[in-house]
Amino acid sequence: KEEFITLSHGSGGKASHSLIEGVFVAALRNPLLDRMEDQAVFTVEGARLAFTTDSYVVDPIFFPGGDIGKLAVNGTVNDLATSGADPLYLSLGVILEEGFPLSDLHRIAASIREAADRAGVQVITGDTKVVPRGKADKIFINTAGVGVLRRQGTISLSRARPGDRVLMSGPIGDHGVTVLAARGDLELELEIESDTAPLNGLIRALLDTGVEVHCLKDPTRGGVATALNEIAMHSGVSIALDEINLPVSPEVQGACEILGLDPLYIANEGRLLVIAPPEGVDVLLRTMRNHEFGAGSRIIGEVFTEPQSMVFLRTEIGGTRVVDMLAGDPLPRIC
Amino acid sequence: MKYLDEYRDGALVAPLVEKIARLSAGRALKVMEVCGGHTHTIYKHGIEEILPDTVDLVHGPGCPVCVIPMGRIDDALALARTPGVIFTTYGDMMRVPGSKGSLLEAKAEGADVRFVYSPLDALKLARANPDRRVIFFAIGFETTAPSTALTLLRAQAEGVPNFSIFCNHVTIIPAVKAILDSPDLRLDGFIGPGHVSAIIGTRPYRFIAQDYRKPVVIAGFEPVDILQAIEMIVRQIVESRAEVENQYTRVVIEGGNGKALEAMMRTMELRPYFEWRGLGFITHSALKLRPEFAAFDAEALFDVPGVRIADPKACQCGEVLKGTIKPWQCKVFGTACTPETPIGTCMVSSEGACAAYYNYGRYAMSRPGAAAGEETAP
Amino acid sequence: MCLGVPGKIVEIVDEAHDIAKVDVSGVRRNVNIALVREEGAEVGSWVLIHVGFALSMINEREAEETLNYLKMMEAEFAGEMEQFAQSQIE
Repeated sequence: KEEFITLSHGSGGKASHSLIEGVFVAALRNPLLDRMEDQAVFTVEGARLAFTTDSYVVDPIFFPGGDIGKLAVNGTVNDLATSGADPLYLSLGVILEEGFPLSDLHRIAASIREAADRAGVQVITGDTKVVPRGKADKIFINTAGVGVLRRQGTISLSRARPGDRVLMSGPIGDHGVTVLAARGDLELELEIESDTAPLNGLIRALLDTGVEVHCLKDPTRGGVATALNEIAMHSGVSIALDEINLPVSPEVQGACEILGLDPLYIANEGRLLVIAPPEGVDVLLRTMRNHEFGAGSRIIGEVFTEPQSMVFLRTEIGGTRVVDMLAGDPLPRIC
Repeated sequence: MKYLDEYRDGALVAPLVEKIARLSAGRALKVMEVCGGHTHTIYKHGIEEILPDTVDLVHGPGCPVCVIPMGRIDDALALARTPGVIFTTYGDMMRVPGSKGSLLEAKAEGADVRFVYSPLDALKLARANPDRRVIFFAIGFETTAPSTALTLLRAQAEGVPNFSIFCNHVTIIPAVKAILDSPDLRLDGFIGPGHVSAIIGTRPYRFIAQDYRKPVVIAGFEPVDILQAIEMIVRQIVESRAEVENQYTRVVIEGGNGKALEAMMRTMELRPYFEWRGLGFITHSALKLRPEFAAFDAEALFDVPGVRIADPKACQCGEVLKGTIKPWQCKVFGTACTPETPIGTCMVSSEGACAAYYNYGRYAMSRPGAAAGEETAP
Repeated sequence: MCLGVPGKIVEIVDEAHDIAKVDVSGVRRNVNIALVREEGAEVGSWVLIHVGFALSMINEREAEETLNYLKMMEAEFAGEMEQFAQSQIE
């Protein structure tokens, strides 16, 4: 029967992955695309470049800790930086709904400028379109970005090795819960703000230590669980997380208990997952904790050989459970 | 978090597991946890893995999402597709498939389907949209029915004419009795539902102890609660006692919640029978609105197809619900039937035995040394 | 079967409609407390919340008794483990 796009296809979990595989990779297959990393890395005239793109449809467009403009800059900067590249230039594509207030647009443009300066990148090209009222929700933003890889060695989702440790740069789920609360329909009041932040500075500090790093990833939609499942599949390894070490703020814990959600699946926008051999982990951890966006860094898990391409959690009481990739959107549940 | 973290303390777990092992002394025991919330906790914390092999947990029918038959989902879809309707539901029901797709797919095809955290939010939507007809998809056991009842009484008192309820509330005792009466079942004890008992109290379970000679212990929802309840059940078995005991004393009292029961009585009455997905028809096992609330009853206000859809033939959920087979022993488990493409009731919600097992338990199965079809502790 | 969360009543928001604000680990929300008024629910009380309603009071004394019993069991168990560790079997 005729199939349709559902909201689950946009959740970043399994449904999103099968849509991308089934429609886009099937149609566009090529060696660079097939690597399915968060960015494409290629060489032109001897220079190793990184290239990526991302779209932003967050609702509401203004929320504690940021807005759709700041998100759009940081997201693309982070997808470039997690390849080891230094982000250089961004493009900015904006789709506006008829009737969208210009004052909001000015505010977003200023926020984009501030975020770009903060990350040390520039928006050098762009495009604007307007659609009739109702055909878009206020504003959608797409950003693409180019960066240059100046260091040797490769950082990729397929380089995790048994024995590596998994490091997390701060509490998980802050962005997702912030937006959920800001939307208002669940009528939750809490003091929390989005963790959106440019991670290229933190990553540069890590790589400057000279310590070997295998994988870097910023877990966004689908949360830490989906990000680690992608790494486990790309690298053909197993990843064990320790529940006792998972950093979760009281507010995110409270919201997840009320709504029956799991923080491992809630979106982040400025957290860094680092996978590296054990020898250098102390140096990496110290470096992260000395950085503004890594103060809460912790070791949250370890890489194993078996069971392949699976992520599991060692629970506080000594049991284990599988941490599967997100099936669809995390919706509040009653039972 | 107060009243939660204390009961997740690993230090309290080891002594309980050791006591269970010592008391059960190698006897093979089958204990059913009736409530889907308990199933979720068992898998979320990996409890089965730290229990002695001899204690086998069987996952019962206590998941209000999983037991809703396909025909009722099709009725919900028909209501959601009625022009002018805003169809509100708990998040759990969005992905449950009827015979012609799920509410999520109906939403994608243009139906105005919205998830709510509380029935009061649905009533609020009705006040805010006087020109639309807001229907609330009410599901759940006796824990959730009082909330629907109070919302209905509020709608009546304030006169919110465009609000109605599609009532699918079910009751737990008839389902447990149906399981106890099924011939091919051997159970040694029950972990009683915690939050249903906060409403109905502990007395309604007495028949299980007196007539069927099976111990029942009402349990809370944290790992330490469940392990303590299992320890209490095993102690009853070893001392050949069969009683209803209450482990969840911080929340459950013997008489339950009188005000809640009264609100339910005032607004709802038992249906002669109701079909449970995987268990067939069970008499007096579900609720509908009383006739005097017909003005708020979606089944009276709208024409609902009411077509009965049989469970898919390949589906062995009935046997999983009664504990005669384990989730992975079902023919379609993990192949045709997965969380994304659920066929049977047990795979439909994250509470269902098969979904919980597929998501959480597969690790134990996949570890080297875990023979296929057998789950071994590490 | 039914997700319930402990929360502390921090404010009575609407006396007539039995609406109170509760706090769960820093997250606050208005819930209906009609079902627990007769049991004396007031500011400072801990209640169990499900789909925006308080279903029952949480009994502080019972909670403590359960924990004390379990801690006693743990102490006993720890004692046994210690004896076991010290017992040298020559």
